[in-house]
Amino acid sequence: MATEIDPIHQFEIKNLVSLGSPGGVDLAFTNSAAFMFGIVALVFFFLTSATSSRALVPGRFQSVAELAYEFVASTVRSTAGTEGMKFFPLVFSLFIFVFTANMLGMVPFSFTVTSHLIVTAALAVVVIGTVILYGFIRHGTHFLHLFVPSGVPAFLLPFMVLIELISFLSRPISLSLRLFANMLAGHIAMKVFAGFIVMMIAGGAAGVAGAILPLSMVVALTALEFLVCFLQAYVFTVLTCIYLNDALHPGH
Amino acid sequence: MSEAAAPVAKFIIAQGEVQQGIPPEANTVDGVTIETPASEAHGASFPPFDATTFPSQLLWLAISFVLLYTLMSRIALPRIGGIIEDRANRIASDLAEAQRLKTETETAIASYESSLAEARGKAQKIAGETRDKLQAETDSQRKALEAELGARLDTAEKQIAETKAAALANVRSIAVEATSEIVTRLLGEKPDAAHVETAVTTALKV
Repeated sequence: MATEIDPIHQFEIKNLVSLGSPGGVDLAFTNSAAFMFGIVALVFFFLTSATSSRALVPGRFQSVAELAYEFVASTVRSTAGTEGMKFFPLVFSLFIFVFTANMLGMVPFSFTVTSHLIVTAALAVVVIGTVILYGFIRHGTHFLHLFVPSGVPAFLLPFMVLIELISFLSRPISLSLRLFANMLAGHIAMKVFAGFIVMMIAGGAAGVAGAILPLSMVVALTALEFLVCFLQAYVFTVLTCIYLNDALHPGH
Repeated sequence: MSEAAAPVAKFIIAQGEVQQGIPPEANTVDGVTIETPASEAHGASFPPFDATTFPSQLLWLAISFVLLYTLMSRIALPRIGGIIEDRANRIASDLAEAQRLKTETETAIASYESSLAEARGKAQKIAGETRDKLQAETDSQRKALEAELGARLDTAEKQIAETKAAALANVRSIAVEATSEIVTRLLGEKPDAAHVETAVTTALKV
């Protein structure tokens, strides 16, 4: 019982298949890896089976698939322009991965892939890496104009460049931390309040009556968490688009 | 979300203690606030910050995300995009067809209206012609009638004049006879006819 109430337990990484540790690095296939592949399989299976009929008038599932497509596509178009559509597969993959990971995490006893900082950080690095790589390939050194705001007095320029540089470098950090912290905190909060229920019920009849309070809290938090799951995936996507827009159009 | 802040803060404190070398038992007791018994299930450190799991997570994330990206960009997204594009094309062609039918209808209506106007004009022309013809006919008939009536009037007037002249001539001969009779009665002898004639003529002229 006790371990189930432990709010940290849900974030634990368990080795499912140990692959040994070549060079002292543990590369075991873990529950996290299983969920990652589960996400890929779920997304791929859903999107392909929902669109298998290629109906002109979409059915229920095809509507959902098209909705996801149009949602991400319109986000890309509105923030990065039609030129940004060349990053659409990447942005869509990021969105659907984060969204599905967040939503799967809401299933009881499941594991939330995005509640691990290393995962969100890796995704953020993919985004920023794409921005930097594409920026330099497309614009060469002109990409560095991103850090030089136009129309700034010369004596202020070094400071402005420094600020722009810091803000650029803080992007992957904020991008990964935001998602990670939201998922972590939300899941801990739900677990803590759920733990209160168990504790109060164990405390006797008065506790059972009092448990209604944390129960209602858990219900409300669960609804909020579903919103946060979607919202964080959306925020991650929008910020990705905004950063990619910088790679497409450097210079202010 | 502020309710969540307290436990999270405690975990972070617990984390700090571990790093300071405090044994794991102390950490678990302190870190797990709600239920007390130390859970050996999770290790000494807070899982998301446990660096020993990083390589494994990165490896499998890389593999799964590349797989996802490949599946999405090669299969799923082109298919959904194709469906949406097909629908857009279909709608566009349907709209074009509707537009074509609409223009067709409009030309049909226009031609109908023009032929209607033409027919109306023709009808008016025919009506006008008929009216003119009837008018002309009526006029000629009236004129003929008037001419005939005029001729009849003339002959009648002529007849009246003749009858009047004849009557007047009769009046003269009666007057002459009457005069010679009166004179015979008065004088007892028959007057000269020539005298009577001149006398009557003179009297009638006055």
